Amino acid sequence: MRVLVTGASGFLGRAVAAGISAAGHEVRTFQRRPSGLPGVEDVHGSITTLADTPYAGLAYAVSGMDAVVHLAAKVSLTGDPAEFEAVNVGGTGAVLQASKDAGVSRFVYVSSPSVAHSGNSIMGSDALPASPEHARGDYARTKARAELLALAADAPGFSVVAVRPHLVWGPGDTQLVDRIVERARSGRLPLLGHGAALIDTTYVANAASAIHAALDAAKRVHGRSYVITNGEPRPVAELLAGICGAANVAAPAWRVPASAARAAGSLIEAVWRRRPRVDEPPMTRFLAEQLSTAHWFDQRRTRADLDWTPAVSLDEGFERLAAYYRTAP
Amino acid sequence: MRLLGPKRSVTEIRATPASRLPRARSAVATLPPSGLAGLNPEWSRLVDVAESGTPGVTHGWHLLDNGPQLDALGVVPLGTILCVHGNPTWSYLWRSLLAAATDAAAAGAPAWRVIAVDQLDMGFSARTGSFRPLARRVQDLGDLTDALDLTGSVITLGHDWGGVVSLGWAVDHPELLAGVVLLNTAVHQPSAEPIPAPLRLALSRGVLGAATVATPAFLATTLALAHPPLSAAVKHGYRAPYRASARRGGIGGFVADIPVELAHASRPELDRIAAGVRALAVPALLLWGPRDPIFSDRYLDDLIERMPHARVHRFEGAGHLVAEDADYAAAALIWLGETTFERAPGDETSASAADVEAAAVQTAVAETAGVSAGTVSAGADSAGADSAGTAAAWAATGTHPLWHYLDELRDLDETALVDMQPAPRTVSWRLLSRRVRQIAAGLAYIGVRPGDRVSLLVPPSADLTAVLYACVRIGAIVVVADAGLGLTGLTRAVRGARPDFVIGAAPGLMAARALGWPGRVISTARYPAPMSRLLGVEHTLAELIRLGQARLEAGDAPAREPAPSDPAAVLFTSGSTGPAKGVVYTHGQLSAVSRALFLQYGVGVGTGLVAGFAPFALLGPALGARSVTPDMDVTAPKTLTASAVAAAVAAIDATVVFLSPAALVNVVATSEALTPADHAALAGVQRFLSAGAPISESLLAQAAALMPGATAHTPYGMTEGLLMADITLEGIRAAASGPDDSAHSAGGVCVGASTATTQIRISALDASGASVGELSEQPDVTGEIVVSAPHVKDHYDRLWLTERASRRGAVPGERWHRTGDVGHLDSAGRLWVEGRMPHVIVTPAGVITPVGPEQRIEMLTEVARAAFVGVGPLGTQQQVAVIEIVPPARRLHRAPEPLAAAVRAAVGSSVAAVLVVPGLPTDIRHNSKIDRTRLSRWATGILSGGRWVKP
Repeated sequence: MRVLVTGASGFLGRAVAAGISAAGHEVRTFQRRPSGLPGVEDVHGSITTLADTPYAGLAYAVSGMDAVVHLAAKVSLTGDPAEFEAVNVGGTGAVLQASKDAGVSRFVYVSSPSVAHSGNSIMGSDALPASPEHARGDYARTKARAELLALAADAPGFSVVAVRPHLVWGPGDTQLVDRIVERARSGRLPLLGHGAALIDTTYVANAASAIHAALDAAKRVHGRSYVITNGEPRPVAELLAGICGAANVAAPAWRVPASAARAAGSLIEAVWRRRPRVDEPPMTRFLAEQLSTAHWFDQRRTRADLDWTPAVSLDEGFERLAAYYRTAP
Repeated sequence: MRLLGPKRSVTEIRATPASRLPRARSAVATLPPSGLAGLNPEWSRLVDVAESGTPGVTHGWHLLDNGPQLDALGVVPLGTILCVHGNPTWSYLWRSLLAAATDAAAAGAPAWRVIAVDQLDMGFSARTGSFRPLARRVQDLGDLTDALDLTGSVITLGHDWGGVVSLGWAVDHPELLAGVVLLNTAVHQPSAEPIPAPLRLALSRGVLGAATVATPAFLATTLALAHPPLSAAVKHGYRAPYRASARRGGIGGFVADIPVELAHASRPELDRIAAGVRALAVPALLLWGPRDPIFSDRYLDDLIERMPHARVHRFEGAGHLVAEDADYAAAALIWLGETTFERAPGDETSASAADVEAAAVQTAVAETAGVSAGTVSAGADSAGADSAGTAAAWAATGTHPLWHYLDELRDLDETALVDMQPAPRTVSWRLLSRRVRQIAAGLAYIGVRPGDRVSLLVPPSADLTAVLYACVRIGAIVVVADAGLGLTGLTRAVRGARPDFVIGAAPGLMAARALGWPGRVISTARYPAPMSRLLGVEHTLAELIRLGQARLEAGDAPAREPAPSDPAAVLFTSGSTGPAKGVVYTHGQLSAVSRALFLQYGVGVGTGLVAGFAPFALLGPALGARSVTPDMDVTAPKTLTASAVAAAVAAIDATVVFLSPAALVNVVATSEALTPADHAALAGVQRFLSAGAPISESLLAQAAALMPGATAHTPYGMTEGLLMADITLEGIRAAASGPDDSAHSAGGVCVGASTATTQIRISALDASGASVGELSEQPDVTGEIVVSAPHVKDHYDRLWLTERASRRGAVPGERWHRTGDVGHLDSAGRLWVEGRMPHVIVTPAGVITPVGPEQRIEMLTEVARAAFVGVGPLGTQQQVAVIEIVPPARRLHRAPEPLAAAVRAAVGSSVAAVLVVPGLPTDIRHNSKIDRTRLSRWATGILSGGRWVKP
């Protein structure tokens, strides 16, 4: 199978492209920066701008492909709403159209559980329909609209599956792990509430193998959405302690009431919106909610339909992370 | 053809409160507005009906009818359920039955047509502009069914005053009637008893019109009676036809028509219906919400007395709006599905009452669930009247009646009983036997009849023993509820059991009076007149003995002996798993309990028995054993000391000692006070028994060390089956250290092998944790523990659905009881208990029972006690360990990393969270059974980021 992976310079995208390639498929990647992966064909470009040369743009990237895994997105807690819209909704629409035009038959859209999340606790529910009206923040809202767009494009001969990995982490992750470690190191990582909220996460290798499984199963399960996790929820404090322990930094020891953190997050978000800065705000309401309410999912349908189980347990993931930090510069 | 009742005239209305109501206005029937919650517009239809006896007058009715839907499905209904709402509701009350009956028919189950009417002046039926008393309403309903040309079997279903109207129709239409279903209603107001206070208020001058018509107060009050509260959408549905005061005339009319006084115009019609109900021989179902300020349990009692063959289910926690509070529709459809209806021929009403009663009893006996009504009907009396028949019946059981040795040893001067408090007091067999005969004669004389219920609030003592055997001897049913239920639980239990008499002493009687427990009062002590009046005492025990002696001297024949199948006692479950349930035992089954004790522990004629555990202790005289109640406060078993046990043993040369686990703790703790003489007495004990709740091997071993000549036993059982399995201390040790049963990793507590007359089977759990497997003795299969024995309970009291569930899957013709415990049998036939059914954890990887993981966690030295619970939806639950540590934690916290890791190492890494608590919630009675259901709810809150509170 010839597979295009968009956004392969990112943490998860790289793992997906490498995994599919290692399984013997022919992999092409498409993003603005080099993927840095051996054995794959890198095509550089943007999903939001037209190509300036015949061998650089999206149309070229999808040409000759049997399948597309679409990961490219703007992932951030804050930012310009128009940019979220352009990349996540507009970009997904462009990739879908280009794929159809090129005769691609399988399309995996990599989404997020936040597309169906309204801020309440999630305890053991399966993937609910994406809901842009209820999603919190620009990222979740635009990802929800993009997922609906992708599923609407599902048609005979063009099998679309949406997968929603939850909190992907692992060695080399700059989005989640590095931020936690860096903040813990500088003493800026509080525990929200009592740290008891059960949260399920996804070790990066499991997320990648699930996406690969969705690609294989696309003809069978097209038109549906699946949440992907390790299936091992833990109190959030234990997860933070596990990550900090692997990086050999002290786990958060001070505590902020969850309600105060949510309020502070709202305030900071408002300030950041008015005076945009280059760095990320220290706390957003969305993040405060994520870290103080339960988020774990019913994985039975996912595992049965995709014929997939996570190969790396939480504890083994922490060990791999520790090994990475021991050897990292 | 329809039979009219006795001549009734609706024009001859004497003064009724109706004259206090605003003048009624007329309006035509209409269809309900669309969009009412749960109401399918396809059901609604309007029918014009001529009023019988008034030429030229017709009224429009609105009714709900699923007939057209059944036609569309192409199914032919077995019959029609005719539903009549009360006041101030409308046919909306029955919407869930219409939906459920239609769904069932669509799913291929037997089809029932449901017709739910809006009574005239109510709901969306016409406002007639005239006052419609009860007799008129009964005729109105008949006029409607004539107009509908109903044929085939009709089941009436009524609630509140609609129950009375539906019964009026039932009495008048024997040619159509096939069965009767009632929700909270009443057909009889005893003139001696006050009518409920809320009604008195509603009827008082100046209140009636304002409360019922001018304002929606009566409607609002009724809707507020739902438990849990109704949703706004459903309240909106109920209010829909009663928005304007002009539409509420019927509400006031209904209230005004309640015949509270003997002179009330509707009283004769009510009395006619009440008498007619007694003659109804058709199957009946009574579904009741006990939390009803108007139709309290006393009205249920009255209905049961009129229809002793009725199936009865009290939905604990439900109230007046039982149709909203409980799933009455499912209950009614289950009942319809398993009841055989034989429509009586049209002239059946002329049959003699005796025939009808006999038919009723046959119905009760024939129905497979075998639930008797809990009272001895006149029909049953005549069936077992000859004493030769009774003797033969007893002979067939292989046991003696409970009073057997009281007769056989009546001339013996040897000790039968010793009371250790306030001072040791010895009672001979001769005296005990005479007392029992005297009290029995006295009870009969003051009007205690076979089948009457007598609540015993007497602490264990010679008095209790004498009263108990006297009641049993005359066929009265003893109601035994213990203080372990707590006052609230006890009140709920006693009210539900509706005793006719209460026998007790001051503290118990005081509670009975203060909390409004029913029953005529007999006191075991004599009190000064003011106190006596305060407690409502009618008789004292001393009086009964005197009266009884006089009757015996006058030559009264002893009461007829109860038969083995007659009910003997109602015992209450501990309530550790929901509201306490009344458990009915027959005489045969209680005798079988004593036989099981004889077979298992050798307690028989001449055995000396220390009776420190109530249910078994009371059976001493039934076994011919001499028994002693040690000096202890029975409401606090922890007060029993080692010295008191030794003194009791010495008093009667006891060889058998029965104790409760809580008592055992204190006996061990106070053993240092034992004298050499005490030790010598205890050395003579051959068997001792800790019964009531599981105890640790170490505690049992410490107690055994005090009685070096004794074998230590702990039985496995429950209120519904008191002695199902037994294990000795040696057995416990063998189970723990024996060849590792690694084929079965579920773990659990070994409770030993089944007792001689008991069979134990397992109903295997499926992947969803439901016990659906066929009853089997296959080893190493985890499932619900199901037991059968001659001494298993007869049925749950007034809990037909619960009773039915407890027999599910039983081999037809055999009597099995689902214990609600989960466990497995091993290859040696021993039973292992793994927890309670509702505590089973259903994870994506399979079903997990809690006791095994708890035992493995409790092996950790830093853990004192553990509870293992699931959080999240069944099927995808996460496992959570909640633990008490050593030394005890002062506050709730997440287990620190090393402890959490140790717990995961003990039970597997799939444990999502480990929480440390200062104390786990346990039951009141034993302080040992952990309420895992509550703990699971609590952990769900904590682990969702909810409030940080103790369990």
